[in-house]
Amino acid sequence: MSDHAIEQHEDHEHHDDHDSPENIQKEIRKYLGVFLALAAGTILTVWVRLGPLHLPEGQAILVALIIAFVKGSLVALFFMHLLSEKKLIYSVLILTVVFFAVLMYLPVTEVLGKFGYK
Amino acid sequence: MSADGHMEIPFTVRPRPDTGLYNGKLGVWLFLASEVMLFGALFSSLILIRTGSPTPWPEGWKELHVYPAMINTFVLIASSVFVIMAWANLRLRKPNVARMWIAATLLCGFAFMGIKAYEYSLSFEHHHFPKTNNFFAIYFTMTGLHGLHVLGGMVVFAYFLTKGWKMHEHEYQRFTNRIEIVGLYWHFVDLVWIFLFPTLYLL
Repeated sequence: MSDHAIEQHEDHEHHDDHDSPENIQKEIRKYLGVFLALAAGTILTVWVRLGPLHLPEGQAILVALIIAFVKGSLVALFFMHLLSEKKLIYSVLILTVVFFAVLMYLPVTEVLGKFGYK
Repeated sequence: MSADGHMEIPFTVRPRPDTGLYNGKLGVWLFLASEVMLFGALFSSLILIRTGSPTPWPEGWKELHVYPAMINTFVLIASSVFVIMAWANLRLRKPNVARMWIAATLLCGFAFMGIKAYEYSLSFEHHHFPKTNNFFAIYFTMTGLHGLHVLGGMVVFAYFLTKGWKMHEHEYQRFTNRIEIVGLYWHFVDLVWIFLFPTLYLL
């Protein structure tokens, strides 16, 4: 069967409950919730740094990165649909994470050394 | 091969049986993986330059303009919601509503670039240029590269609002998929900013 023929053959299988108007409306409410969480995270990040807390540098970096990581995860999981993606996408991302970890190994060991953890 | 003799690109609409994805979506994820490495290299450089700096590293919140950058964070987050609303409305078969959301996303792009230009002008007024020191060199490099990515997304949204809009009349699902994958790219640009903002402006 040619690629095009397979595409036509699969046409009827494509539309499922995932695309029902009720589900899409539910998704929209979820996206708005994520937006509010991201906005709150942004305000929290600025408040932690410029508010009355006056954290030391190391703690300020840690808190800012934790908030950024949570916000980034929300974008990736909900807006980029990584909560329910195909296996191949996860494989690509796992490979990316491995290469990213190699890339970050040297700078992270430098930072740990600076704070006396080496 | 189509009836008019043109070669048709396969799996632009339906998922390939072996990958479970239409080709454009896999393509954009591979592209985003390479983008992670591009920005990762810059973040890695920032950490090394900052850690190895012989002089005290400037504090971003004293040298830069935090509040315009904070507003830009809200603008980008909002634009991420707008583009996903465009995709959701296309799936709801409401193309005109979707078009409005695409336009709103593009407006956010303009707002982001306008605020960024204002922020740069404030830095220039204070005689802060890329050559000033390592802090400003990496600040202008990273925010400049990010700005170029925003600009790239805006060009694509402008295309979908104008010439590319016609596709929805005869290839609706393919157009919907296009909005989904430009959305993935746009969310990634938002994601990068989520890390750039605290790293450069607040630490």
